[in-house]
Amino acid sequence: MAKTMPIEYYQQLEEIQTADFVLVELVLYLDTHPTDAQAIEQYNQYAQYSKQLKRTFESQFGPLELGSINQIPDYWQWNRSPWPWEV
Amino acid sequence: MWKYEKKLQYPVKVSTCNPTLAKYLMEQYGGADGELAAALRYLNQRYTIPEKVIGLLTDIGTEEFAHLEMIATMIYKLTKDATPQQLRDAGLSEHYASHDSALYYENAAGVPFTAAYIQAKGDPIADLYEDIAAEEKARATYQWLIDLSDDPDLNDSLRFLREREVVHSQRFREAVEILKEERDRKKIF
Repeated sequence: MAKTMPIEYYQQLEEIQTADFVLVELVLYLDTHPTDAQAIEQYNQYAQYSKQLKRTFESQFGPLELGSINQIPDYWQWNRSPWPWEV
Repeated sequence: MWKYEKKLQYPVKVSTCNPTLAKYLMEQYGGADGELAAALRYLNQRYTIPEKVIGLLTDIGTEEFAHLEMIATMIYKLTKDATPQQLRDAGLSEHYASHDSALYYENAAGVPFTAAYIQAKGDPIADLYEDIAAEEKARATYQWLIDLSDDPDLNDSLRFLREREVVHSQRFREAVEILKEERDRKKIF
């Protein structure tokens, strides 16, 4: 079941993981420092950046989450491999 | 509600099939200080904790599910190509007899997960101190797992998880300070 995906899959996914990691760190920090305007600005910046990266990835490899557009009109991509543990 | 993202929080690679390592990792899957216990503990405490800490418990509890998925991925990858003989050599014959190569919520010694691993005291300071202790115990477990493992790819992911425990512990300590400050302010006025 282990799938070999094109190199762009891994590269783009890692960029998304990196951006989303920044978000996770900022979210936890802001939960205990809710008035840090600089951190809020960084959070908003990275939230936008992460959305951009995901849109590019999803146009090639299908939706990362429900609510994203299924870009192939006649095939439901969500249910298609690889799942995260398969790559 | 929760929304699933079709990606791991951090990449998980393994060098070779190694069911012995998979067995050790079950400690963080269904063990007392594992990721399942952590996620369930924090998300359950949210309902009775002061408002200022609800966001933190929600977000750390949610991240623990992402860690649970990483541990599951490690166990899956380390065992998926193992023969029954290899599983037996790794001390997993009892597991195989009941579960084949399916994952199961149990610790490294094969003891099934129990809700008795976690507490909900209703006292915010008591609950948060338990959370800090849980993070420190999980950090220590990750250290022992790294010491046991000779798989450099796996160790990279385990080091990531160990660092997350440190950050979570730090945030919970800040939450304690926030609550103490709030309590002292109430006494003055």
